[in-house]
Amino acid sequence: MSTLVDYDDALSRYEPVIGLEVHVELGTASKMFCGCPTTFGGQPNTQVCPVCLGLPGSLPVVNRAAIESTIRMGLALNCDIASWCRFARKNYFYPDMPKDYQISQYDEPLCTDGYLDVSVPTPDGEVQVVRVGIERVHMEEDTGKLTHTGGATGRIHGADYSLVDYNRAGIPLVEIVTKPVTGTGALAPMVARAYVTALRDIMRSLGVSDVRMEEGSLRCDANLSLAPPGEPWGTRTETKNVNSLRSVERSVTFEIRRQAAVLDGGGTITQETRHFHEDDGSTTPGRSKEEAEDYRYFPEPDLLPVAPDPVWVDELRGTLPELPAVRRARLQQEWGISDFDMDSVINAGALGLVETTIAAGADQAAARKWWLGELARTAKERGVDLADLGVTPVQVARVAELVAAGTLNDKLARQVLEGVAAGEGEPDAVIAARGLVLVSDDDALLAALDEAIAANQDAVAKIQEGKVQAAGAIIGAVMKATRGQADAARVRELLLERLGA
Amino acid sequence: MTDIVRMTATQLVEEMAQGNLTSAEITRAHLDRIAEVDQDIHAYLHVDREGALATAAEADAARNTGADLPPLAGVPVAVKDVMTMRGVPTTAGSRILEGWLPPYDATVVASLRRNLMPILGKTNMDEFAMGSSTEYSAYGPTRNPWDTSRIPGGSGGGSAAALAAFEAPLAIGTDTGGSIRQPAAVTGTVGVKPTYGAVSRYGLIALASSLDQAGPCARSVRDAAMLHQAIAGHDPRDSTSLAAPVPDLVAAVREGDVRGMRIGLVTELGGEGYQPGVEQRFREAVDLLADRGAEIVEVSCPNFRYALGAYYLILPSEASSNLAKFDGMRYGLRVDDSDAGVEQVMAQTRAAGFGDEVKRRIMLGTYALSAGYYDAYYGQAQKVRTLVQRDFAAAFADCHVLISPTCPTTAFPLGEKVDDPLAMYLNDIATIPVNLAGNAALSLPVGLAPEDGLPVGLQIMAPHHEDARLYGVAAVLEGALEDTWGQPLIEKVGG
Repeated sequence: MSTLVDYDDALSRYEPVIGLEVHVELGTASKMFCGCPTTFGGQPNTQVCPVCLGLPGSLPVVNRAAIESTIRMGLALNCDIASWCRFARKNYFYPDMPKDYQISQYDEPLCTDGYLDVSVPTPDGEVQVVRVGIERVHMEEDTGKLTHTGGATGRIHGADYSLVDYNRAGIPLVEIVTKPVTGTGALAPMVARAYVTALRDIMRSLGVSDVRMEEGSLRCDANLSLAPPGEPWGTRTETKNVNSLRSVERSVTFEIRRQAAVLDGGGTITQETRHFHEDDGSTTPGRSKEEAEDYRYFPEPDLLPVAPDPVWVDELRGTLPELPAVRRARLQQEWGISDFDMDSVINAGALGLVETTIAAGADQAAARKWWLGELARTAKERGVDLADLGVTPVQVARVAELVAAGTLNDKLARQVLEGVAAGEGEPDAVIAARGLVLVSDDDALLAALDEAIAANQDAVAKIQEGKVQAAGAIIGAVMKATRGQADAARVRELLLERLGA
Repeated sequence: MTDIVRMTATQLVEEMAQGNLTSAEITRAHLDRIAEVDQDIHAYLHVDREGALATAAEADAARNTGADLPPLAGVPVAVKDVMTMRGVPTTAGSRILEGWLPPYDATVVASLRRNLMPILGKTNMDEFAMGSSTEYSAYGPTRNPWDTSRIPGGSGGGSAAALAAFEAPLAIGTDTGGSIRQPAAVTGTVGVKPTYGAVSRYGLIALASSLDQAGPCARSVRDAAMLHQAIAGHDPRDSTSLAAPVPDLVAAVREGDVRGMRIGLVTELGGEGYQPGVEQRFREAVDLLADRGAEIVEVSCPNFRYALGAYYLILPSEASSNLAKFDGMRYGLRVDDSDAGVEQVMAQTRAAGFGDEVKRRIMLGTYALSAGYYDAYYGQAQKVRTLVQRDFAAAFADCHVLISPTCPTTAFPLGEKVDDPLAMYLNDIATIPVNLAGNAALSLPVGLAPEDGLPVGLQIMAPHHEDARLYGVAAVLEGALEDTWGQPLIEKVGG
């Protein structure tokens, strides 16, 4: 086990530099260089053909949809799009590679030199915007998936046997590499996490990938080095396959603490890849630079250069959706709400729902209240996403409208939404079927009120002494007697009238 | 009637059209011929008797219905063993692919099937098309029908020998540095390397992707044109395939005319190292072209002298990567006789499955692509390639076609150069520039060298996409030569 330094202590003496390499599987219908489907979860080796199996004589043909998705990603990340670039072969022997080389891009990536602004929450509750430079965005093909059976390590060495599923081989991958990110200090792990989160949200809004980290469609390698402030950058390590947002943050934190301990002890950092362990958040050494392979890159002779027509690139630029960060800033301003309230909406996955509910006529406070309150609770109970609850923004807007008109009170409104979510139909149908009408008829209310007054003489005495807040007990009793259907405001008026208070 | 197996494809087409012969008769005659002579020639690695006869029956049935048939329907063909053929052993001349049955047809093979051409079998070749003598085949050499103590050229010696031994009227070859043209030259047959991209590479087991090109092998220029036309055309499975329509090459043969044409003799492709008899027959052919009205000029392509060096960096580099997939994991040979881990199995399999020449080139290419050496070797070779292309461009600005001897010597004895790679490589010195530049070239026989009585080939080179010019010039020269000899040269084979 590595020796670790206390985090704050480490950051008091060292400045971290982070760099992130993110692989995203594109959601194209077919693979990068053949027509095989890309659907997840098929029986092993059923989504293969001579091309993605790399059989002798087979040749790759570039999937235009993958090029298009990559260009759109590059544009969304403010990159320059190359007018001419080539694929390259990355040569290495491994059984998950059907050809024993991977078609990738090397010194001629499709997209270069962009940036992404990410919002990072600080420990004191503020939000700091950090600009992460994008070095390159390039295309490559995924490898097959190996499953090692037997042996202690779960790796190929020492396994009794290994199984290969080539369904994944040839699925289009895009690799997004950041420039070194400096000056983030103690925020470094949060910046790493916020960057990957922002990248994931962009992929989703572009519709280029479903970005399911648990299915491996977004995979992250995190680079980190430390150096005393003002000194040249230190030697970096690359932690491979950090495959959840939380793990990204944890792995960077761990490496800061580990490297600080090594440097404190007068040691040097080995340039190496490291493995991340989900269970305890630690990293352990992988391959060092000395053992690193020479991939013997050279331009892929089986493919023509990619030369996107500038007119096409401009067309794609025109089709970019409003990016998540821009949209959030716009909506937060339109609604006039705090960062905290906005984060609540986003974290609940309710941004689009709230936006549409407001567009359907609800005011923003009501829209947020219903989606984040009653509906979020129901969704949580059922273990589904808000969007999959079966309640539409138009329905929520109708309930909000009825509350605003005084036809429903909050309690009744909750029952209406519960009915809608249970599949009992539109809000008005639920109201009719369940008889959820606010009772504001004075005769009916007075009958209930008189009973409540009789049963709550203590409260009556207090009210008469001027302690008006004691009215709550009596109003509550009326509500209970009317199963929540009394118009509470009218009950209060009648009570005060009755008591002459 | 002439012996069936000695007929050209053109004659066979005519006989079938006249109803004098069926495809079944023709195919059976060739299968019989193979059974009779191939133990001496060893042109074939695999004979697909049933498959060929089935296609023949299909072609005959189609003819009986009066359907409109493809021009070569019913004419048998042999295919170099570097092309995949569904369910038929395909080895590329290597032990490492012994027993592999491809699950798919190469596009060229699919074209032959669509043309209802019975595929007689798979022809012998140097392992992975590396060689100029077919001696590097893991399954033993092919012998030259003109003299069985001599090489039939390579890598496509099997296809050329099958034609010269009358074991097939047509054959498919592949040409990476001369593997169609040099065997054609030394066996007295016709071979064409089309413009790069004219014929699909899909299903061609790659040697060097940027140089490989499949093409026709035949016993006459017109036969080659027909086969070329049958296999050429755009293939969406090959990104480097040309989109342009296939020119009418048979018309080019029919209408061939060299009057007023400027034909360039390449200074650098002759002289020192060229056998006197080769140069003599070449000169006589040039005179014939001049007689027929061509203007003969001399052109210099100074960078051709660096072509061989550049070729032997580019080819091994690409080959080292293309051949990586033969690792024993998925198909073919697997040497797994112990508790060996995955790397050992890969290494053992490749050590046992590849021959010396293949290993030599993989090592060369691996080295040339290595970090720190890439610029000096692969990078520099690519620059030379550009210079060779410029030399061609300059020459074609002045000439319609260029000509040279196809190779410096006639067929050399088996065993003579097998342990001397450099001497072997030098045999392709005249054919390599075309592969580097990607343009088209054809070799046709122009006589027998006086000193050894063996065939001499002449190479015609045309610009990119101008394959039709090759056929026009070749048809004129072939006609002029046959007028001189009174019969096709091939009639002299075997005494």
